[in-house]
This record gives sequence, structure tokens and C-alpha cells, in this order.
Amino acid sequence: MSNSLVQVTDVYKSFKAVKAVNGLSFQLEKGKFLALLGPNGAGKTTMVEMIEGIQQPDKGEILIDGKKWKHHKEELHRIIGISLQETRFIDKLTVLETLALFASFYSLKKNRVEEVIEIVGLEEKRKAYVVNLSGGQRQKLALGIALLNQPKILLLDEPTTGLDPAARREVWEILEKLKRDSGTALVLTTHYMEEAEKLCDYIIIMDHGVILKEGTIDLLLKEEKSKNIVEFTLLNGEDPDGMFSKNSPFQLHWNNEMHKGSIELQELDTELPEFLKYLNTHNLQLENLESRRLSLDDLFIALTGRHLNE
Amino acid sequence: MNSSSKYNQLWQLLSAHFKEIIREPGVIFWGVIFPILMSLGLGIAFTQKQDTLRKVAIIAHETPNFLDSILSGYASSAGTPAESTVYKLTIENEKMGNTTFRFYSMNWDEALIALKRGVVNVIIDEADGKIGYRFDPLNPDAQLNYLKLSQYFNAGQKVVKENTGNISPLTVRGTRYIDFLIPGLLAMGIMMSSMWGLSYGIIEKRSKKLLRRMVATPMSKWYFLVSFMTIRMLLNFVEAVLLVIFAWLVFDITIQGSIPALFAIFIAGNIGFAGLAFFISSRTSKTEIGNGLINVIVMPMMLLSGIFFSYHNFPDGLIPFLQKLPLTLVADGMRSIFIEGAGFEQITLPFFILTFGGMVFFAIGIKLFRWY
Repeated sequence: MSNSLVQVTDVYKSFKAVKAVNGLSFQLEKGKFLALLGPNGAGKTTMVEMIEGIQQPDKGEILIDGKKWKHHKEELHRIIGISLQETRFIDKLTVLETLALFASFYSLKKNRVEEVIEIVGLEEKRKAYVVNLSGGQRQKLALGIALLNQPKILLLDEPTTGLDPAARREVWEILEKLKRDSGTALVLTTHYMEEAEKLCDYIIIMDHGVILKEGTIDLLLKEEKSKNIVEFTLLNGEDPDGMFSKNSPFQLHWNNEMHKGSIELQELDTELPEFLKYLNTHNLQLENLESRRLSLDDLFIALTGRHLNE
Repeated sequence: MNSSSKYNQLWQLLSAHFKEIIREPGVIFWGVIFPILMSLGLGIAFTQKQDTLRKVAIIAHETPNFLDSILSGYASSAGTPAESTVYKLTIENEKMGNTTFRFYSMNWDEALIALKRGVVNVIIDEADGKIGYRFDPLNPDAQLNYLKLSQYFNAGQKVVKENTGNISPLTVRGTRYIDFLIPGLLAMGIMMSSMWGLSYGIIEKRSKKLLRRMVATPMSKWYFLVSFMTIRMLLNFVEAVLLVIFAWLVFDITIQGSIPALFAIFIAGNIGFAGLAFFISSRTSKTEIGNGLINVIVMPMMLLSGIFFSYHNFPDGLIPFLQKLPLTLVADGMRSIFIEGAGFEQITLPFFILTFGGMVFFAIGIKLFRWY
């Protein structure tokens, strides 16, 4: 038996004609944080819900701590903590009452509720009704509920979607502290690149139910590491699409909405002057030009042809 | 899991459901105050002897006809609208209350509009040299107007006195309209609270993905359902007791039959409607669909189960069917205890139909139930 807490092997799941998850395999070890990164419709939520036991795979096998949902439901419920996308708790219960309700399902001691309130930083809101909490506070409450039973595996489905940057950072801080202080393993779905980079040891980039690329952040970028991304805008909002024909030495990605172009260059020193010369010969005048290292976002665009938040 | 932790879980669920309901201000209004207001309004409207005003249209013709000669005897100066000539006839009845007919003189088009708007329900016109009455024969109020007018209208007196010597008003407890109404309102309260409270509560929790979140824990599904139903039943009981106390204080209504039997039919009604509520909320996660489903169940019974007026006014062929409706079973059972002095014997059949029916619907609901 492997040491994996989560072992997903060749899992398929379809909804009518839509193949939501199409042959996914991965594993997660104790204390490790894994991100499932992809745009809406990539199959992230379906995959996580299968790990949570909410949905069953059509084909393939999922083992949680070496056990299957079919035979160990009660036991597995006790070792996982989950936060679903968009759960709304009972409006007219307080934070304390909501946590106490969920704590009762695990037969926990009363002081665990107080501990969790402290962990997620809702001390001042303990007597506030759920309906009066902000989006960030509700998400912290959802996270607190997921942490109540000190789970071996935490499954968070887009825990920061819709939150403002400050609230998002607060959630990240809670998770970073959890990573430092406990051996909890985390599966996180997100379409925020920064979130995956900041929190997770291992990243799976997926779209249309399949894995496009996976590995540690370093590994993912290693083979592309030497690449530079040059982004530019042109004077008078010119559209240079026609200028970059198939025979052009440069592969252009042009964003029509932003009127912004980008190209990948291997050797900045030699290739950038050539690119500028190319623009000049085509009578294209630069307004702005920036160069940076390839990011996970660029990698995603390169893999799928679209942005993560599309 | 040890027994003390289970107790804690059940207690937390009961407490959460109770707080969730009781903290919603609308619940107190619709569950307690509204039924009391309804009984007060309807009770007063149908139990007080009062003078009534009835309005009738009279068709005016360019050339004076015999109607004008009759009307001249009823000429009145009171309450004359600018555009119409108004005549008045008062029928005095010391036992049923006085009735005043006010005749508005208008042309045919105006009379039709007044009829369509419900201002009048009878139009009087000359027909072949005689008085003609035009009204919808299916409208009982219009019929009553016709019967009174055809008896007194051409007598030429402004005030007539009805002979009431043969009328003996019933004042025996249990024969008043309010005696009929209160048990019906209690039954309706059980239905409304169960259908809206339980069905809507479950559907809303499903649509908020709260059900999904709760069953992703080791929570006992049975505890969840039992606690939800128990709290609802408890609140129904409080609402019912408050209404009965109000009816007793204001209308002097008492329970003439067996109180344990009344309690039994109350429990059976709750089981019946809880089962039905659970069944219709077993699948959908859309509150709009939930609204529709609840209304489909509730509205026909509100109209057909004889809550406000007896269902015996419906065609004879329909009555055996109406008597089997869950709301009719509860209302009739309660009425028989309240006003006929019935006991367990008379409510045995409805008790078992409601309890068994509720359990069957609950069992089907469990089979169909979607937690996700």
C-alpha cells in the first residue's frame, strides 16, 4: 500500500454528454498541499466532490487513507474537512452556534469550537448572525467548519473566489499557518494562479477534465524557465495582427480587448533588437514594452490558449 | 459514537432549527398573529347583527315610465352622488338586522360598468310594462337582493317592517359561524406551517447547498429530519394553543368533546402534512419550483376543504372526494370534537388515514430524497 492519503487512479466522470473528468490520476501525501488549477468547467469541482464522496466516479478508483467511500463512509467523513463552493449556512444562527452545530456531528469538545474561532480569526464575530457576515468572514467560517475535526485531509473548493484581495490574503495566512503547524494535507481548487503558487507544493493544471501539466511550481516552469515574455502596446491602438504572418519569425499573441500583444523570446539580448527591427520595418510604432520571466499564467495560456478566469 | 455525543447532536439540531424559525420575525406574524387576526375579522363579520347597505342600479329613460312613478315614493336626499338620482328603501328586521337598499338612477352603459365593478349586482329596468330584474343567477347575494326587492319594491313605502315572529335565532354554543371557523383555522394552520415551514425549509437548505455540506459530515440524517419535524410540530402546537385561547377569550369557544382526541387528530394532521411536505420537497433544489409545488397542494384544499364555508355547497358527486382530502379530514375531525362533542371513536378513521398516509408519503420521500 502506498503512503498516499489520497490516491486517484484513472478516474472518469461524465454528465450526459459532458466528460467532466476524463482519466485523472494523482496522489497526495501527508502534510502536502496540492492545487487543481483550471478555468471554469475544467472539472476541478467534480474531481474534488468525488474525493469528498459526494459524487461517485463512473470508472477508476479513489482511495482516501487507503479506504474507499463505499465501505468506510462514516470513518472517512471523520478524517476529511471540506469547504464547498458557495455554501450558505443558516442565516439566523451565530458563528458560535453554527460551529457548535457542526462540532456536534463529530462529538467534539466545546473548547474545540473556541480554538477554531481563534484559528480563523472570528473572535469578534462569534455572536454575529451568519447573515450579517461579510464574504470574507463567511469564507473563514466555512474554513473553520472544515477544520473542526482536525482533518487529515482538507478539501477546499475555490475558497477565495469572489473575495477582495485583503480577505483573500487573510484566508491564505490561515492556510499557511495550518501548513506550518499541522500535518494536514490539502487539495485546493482555484483559478487564481497566485494562490496555487503561494500555497501549494504540487500543482495540477487541468482543462476539459484532463491534466495538461503537473508538478512542483519549479518543475513546471523549469523547462520553460529560459523563456521571456515581452508584452507591448502600439501607438494609436494599432492592430498588428496582419503584420505577423505565418512566415513571421515571431509568434504573436494579440489581446483584442486590451490592445496588447505578447511574444516569447528565448534570448533577450539577441532576439529583442531583432523584434524591434521587425516592428520598424513594418511601420509599427511602440507605445510601451515590458519584458518578464514566464509565469504560471503564461504557461496556462500557452497550454490552453485561454486565460484562467475565462 | 457514544450515547452522550448523540444526545448532543440531536440537541444541537433541535436548537438550531428552533432558533432558525423563531428568530425570523415573519414567523411570529404569519404563524400566530395572522390566524388570530383572521379569526377576529371573520368572527366579527359573521357573528354580529348589523345593518347592511345594498346598492341597486335603476335604468333611467328619457321619457318617464311607470318606474319613475314608483321611485318618486322612495325619493331621498341622503348620499346623493352628483351624477345619479338616488332613492332609498329600508327593510327593518329586528332579528336579522336592517337592510337599506339604495337605488342609483343611471343609463344602461353606466349600470353595466357598475355591475362589472361590483358596485351593484342587480339592475332594475322596465320589461314589457313590468318591473324586470337583471342579475347573475349564480350570484347568491344578487339572488337575495332580488328576493327582497321583488317582495317589497313596489309597495310604495320608504320603510317596511319584516315579520320576524317565525324566526328563532340559534344561540346554542357550536352553531355559530365562529364555532365552525376556528377548528378550520386550526387545521389550516397545521397544513400551512407544515407545507411552507418544512417543504420550503428543506428546499431552501438544498438550494443553499447546506444539505450537501451537512451530509459531508458524520451527521445522522435521521436526527436531522426528526429534529426538523419535531420543532415544526412543537411550533404548530404553540400556534394552535394560542388561537384556541384567543377564541375562548373573545368568542367564548370551548372544546365540547375529548381533548385527548383533539390532541390525537392534531398529531395525525401533523404527521400527514409533514409526510406530504417531505415528499414534495424530496427532489427539487429550486425555491421557485418549491413555491409552485406547495401552492398546487395548498390552494385547492384551501378552497375545497370547507375551511371558511361548508364544502356541502359543492355538487353532491364531489363531496365524498372532498371529504377524503387531508385538510378536510383534519378540519372535520377537529370540528366534530369542538362543536359536536366527539371523542376518539369519531376520529379513528381520519386519524389512521392521516397517520398512515403521512408515513407512506414520508417513505416515498426518503426513497426519492436528494441530499446533494
